[in-house]
Amino acid sequence: MRRAGGFVVLGSACLASLASAEIPLDQRKSGADFISAATRAMQEDDTANPAMLSTLDGESMWNEKAGGAQKSCGDCHGPAPKSMKGVAARYPAYNVARQAPVDLSGQINACRTDQQKAEAFKPESAQLLALSAYIGSQSRGLPVSPPDDARLASFRARGEALWSQRIGQLNFSCAQCHDDNWGKRLGSALIPQAHPNAYPIYRLDWQGMGSLQRRFRNCMSGVRAEAYPYGAQEFIDLEVFLAHRARGMPVETPGVRP
Amino acid sequence: MDRRCVAALLTLACCAPAAAASLQPYEITGDAIVAPLGGTRGDPAKGRAIVVDRQRGLCLLCHTGPFPEQRFQGDIAPSLAGAGSRLSEGQLRLRMVDSTRINPDSVMPSYYRTDHLTRVAPAQRDKPILEAQDIENVVAFLVTLRDQPSLKETR
Repeated sequence: MRRAGGFVVLGSACLASLASAEIPLDQRKSGADFISAATRAMQEDDTANPAMLSTLDGESMWNEKAGGAQKSCGDCHGPAPKSMKGVAARYPAYNVARQAPVDLSGQINACRTDQQKAEAFKPESAQLLALSAYIGSQSRGLPVSPPDDARLASFRARGEALWSQRIGQLNFSCAQCHDDNWGKRLGSALIPQAHPNAYPIYRLDWQGMGSLQRRFRNCMSGVRAEAYPYGAQEFIDLEVFLAHRARGMPVETPGVRP
Repeated sequence: MDRRCVAALLTLACCAPAAAASLQPYEITGDAIVAPLGGTRGDPAKGRAIVVDRQRGLCLLCHTGPFPEQRFQGDIAPSLAGAGSRLSEGQLRLRMVDSTRINPDSVMPSYYRTDHLTRVAPAQRDKPILEAQDIENVVAFLVTLRDQPSLKETR
């Protein structure tokens, strides 16, 4: 009872102070600004970037015929360097058939099932990461450009609410670390601003490729929360919000992180 | 009352206190919990071991402190150096148990609270971050972290 009373009294003050300040646009930094010079050099040199192996796999997959339709991505879209330029930078985008936003992985799988008549790739499968990395790399250097689409607004708002929600036994929100304490040290790790502009990434800690959703799940386990399953609407909503938060920042896919 | 009913009541009587006993009751006085959780003060040496353990105490992920052997201490929160000079034992205890009682926006996890949490992982559900005696061990250690009096003050 006392607790409830306290919430009533503190209510307005809490609302004001719990809403973390958004990072001013000109103070945003890519995750690459928080990694060592050696790791950054690895990302920026295609001959040293370990994610390029997966990206090159994606390039061959682009031209492989698949599914009942026996069509390749290239059969419909043509050469990716032309047709896919700037595409990943616009995802997640609203999908009319699904009446919901889909992220790039979701769109790849929609093409698989709807156009190629093939089975969807499993989340975090080597194939899905490879195609995502290859398509993503066609937007390298272009600004993250979330669609100006009113149908995304409610999803983005839900993503922002999730971003600010304290979760897990350790009771942290994304915002408390990545808006309020970026640049500080959490143990040995420099806390980045958590922008999505380099995914999928090769993470040295994973010794492999992973999606943004894998990273979400890592953070959720870190705060001892029950992670959402891959493909959960909550993750898509978070991705919609993060794309807006990173609008205008250059795409770096495929990134390398410690 | 038949035998079956008595048995059911006995089961309830056994189970109910067990569930409630997962967290020791405590009383907040001002901004402090004066009495030790469970009634027994802790062991500072055990407390230090918990503080520097990044899976158990987690303290050094956010705090620095007088732990020269520990690499990579966090800098999100104030240093633990001198914590025992700044705060009383009871104040330290409440800050460990539930720092959101003092500041609702505090990023510090509540080490001895299992309610008003969201999506806690199944393995940790309804469990505090540290058990009562470990909270007491940590508190007993933190009170030993006194500011070193400067040469001038000792004269």
